[in-house]
Amino acid sequence: MAFDPPPLNTIVHDEVVPARAPWLHEVKAGQTLRIVDLEGNQAVDFLVYNARDDAERYSAQDTIAAQKNIFLREGSVLLSNEGAPMMTVTATAVAYHDTIGGACSCESNTLRYGHHTKAQHACVENFLVANAIQGRGKRDMVSNVNWFMNVPVEADGALGIVDGISAPGLYVDLRAEMDVVVVVSNCPQINNPCNGFNPTPVRMIVAR
Amino acid sequence: MSSTSTPYAAQAHARAQAGTRVEAMPTVPASAAIDLPPGVAATDLVWDETIAPGGYASRQIARGSRLRLTDLAGDASVSLLIFNAERPVERLNIADTLKVQWNGYLGQGRLLLSDMGRVLASIVEDEAGTHDAFCGASNQASNARKYGDGFNHGAHPNARDRFSLGVAKFGLGRKDIHPCLNLFKEVRVGQGGETVIEVGPYAPGRQLTLRAEMDLIVVLANCPHVLDPREAYAVTPVRATAWRGPVTPVEDPIRNATPEGLRAFLNVEDYFSR
Repeated sequence: MAFDPPPLNTIVHDEVVPARAPWLHEVKAGQTLRIVDLEGNQAVDFLVYNARDDAERYSAQDTIAAQKNIFLREGSVLLSNEGAPMMTVTATAVAYHDTIGGACSCESNTLRYGHHTKAQHACVENFLVANAIQGRGKRDMVSNVNWFMNVPVEADGALGIVDGISAPGLYVDLRAEMDVVVVVSNCPQINNPCNGFNPTPVRMIVAR
Repeated sequence: MSSTSTPYAAQAHARAQAGTRVEAMPTVPASAAIDLPPGVAATDLVWDETIAPGGYASRQIARGSRLRLTDLAGDASVSLLIFNAERPVERLNIADTLKVQWNGYLGQGRLLLSDMGRVLASIVEDEAGTHDAFCGASNQASNARKYGDGFNHGAHPNARDRFSLGVAKFGLGRKDIHPCLNLFKEVRVGQGGETVIEVGPYAPGRQLTLRAEMDLIVVLANCPHVLDPREAYAVTPVRATAWRGPVTPVEDPIRNATPEGLRAFLNVEDYFSR
C-alpha cells in the first residue's frame, strides 16, 4: 500500500467530478485511471463495461470468488461476468474498498431510512443518467464497486456501511486490461457515513 | 428394415417411449406428485420437477405461492435468479438484500429484495442455513479451468450458461443475468474479508421454502459451486415443488419482523394497489 501516488505517464484526461454528479469515460486497454478522494471519505460508486460488448460488465461476485475475499485491495483484479480481467488495482492508499454494499437508490432508501427519502438523489439515478448516453438502461445495473467506502462483515454476518478509512488526497489507480467504459456516481447519499454525511468532489485522471 | 424406416413406424417407436421414468423430470400434471408437503392438497400443486445435476429450470409462479427446494441427496448446489414476472426489469438485488437487512447470511425469516425496494420472496422455512450471497455463478472460464470444459452441451455445464438458457425461455438475455444467490452451499466471511466455503455433502432431504410476495419468474441452475474445492463435478439432483398459497396477511410475523422489511412489504402492497 503506497501513500504517495506513483508517477503517471502522459495524462490524457483530467476532470473534477462535482459532488453528487455522474461521470462516464472510456479507458483504453493499458491506460490508468486514477480516482482521487479530494476531501476524504467520499464513496465513488463504480461500474465497468466492455467497450465492445456491454453485456460483458463488472461482476462483484466473480471478482470476490476469484480472489476469495470480499475486499478490493492493491492487486485486486476486477473481473467481468464472464470471468475476464477488466481492470487491475495497481496502487491505492486506502487499505481496502467495498464491493458488496451496492449503490443507493431512491427505492432502497425508502427501506433503509423511510419514505421521506424517496425524493433524494441517489447513485442509481446517476448510473441510469450516465448509461442512457450510450443506450444502456436498468438491465445494465449490477452490483458495483464503492471506492473509499467501508463495509465490514462481522462474525455473525452483521454488515453495514460504517465510518470510512479514507482521507483527503488518497487515491486508487486502476489499469484497464481491456477497452472499458467506466461509469461513476459520485455518491450523493446523506443518510449514512459513506460520504461523511457531506458529499464532495472527486478527481478523475486518465493516463496512458 | 429398421423400426423407424417409415413415418408410421417412427411414430410407433416414438410413442412407445411414453411413460418412461427417469430421476430428473417434471411431474405433469403437478397434482400427480407424490410426497406432498404436509397440509397441501394435490390440487394446489402448481409445479413439481426434479432438476438434474448440472441441470436448470425456469418457471413463473404467482404471488402467494410457496416454492420448496429439496436437496434430495445432500449435494445440491442451486444458483437462483428472481424477476418480477410482470415487469422483469425488476429483479433480485443481492446488494440491497444484504445491506437493507444489515446481514450477509440468509436463512429462515430473511427477505429477498428487488432493486425497486420491494420484497420478491420470503424465506419461510430453511433447514439448511448454508447459503451464499457473495460468490455468484460459475461460468465457462471457471468450469473450463476446473473440469476441462463448462459447455451446456458437455458434461460440466456452468451456472451462468444455464441461466442464459433459463432466462431465454422468458425472452430475457445476457444483460438480465443479475448477481445470484447460491443455495445449499455455504460461504462465510472471515475477519480479513476472506471467503470460507463449506460444501458438505450434507444429510439428504434438507429443504428450503420461499413464499412469493410478487408474481415471479425464478431461474434455477444446479451446478457445483464456483469455489467447490473438489476435483470432481460433484452435484446431486434438487427437487422443486410449488403450490398455491394465500397472499401474506398484514399480521404475518416475517412481514413485521423489522422496520426495513415491513417497508418492503408496504411497497409491494402499494405496487398492487391498482
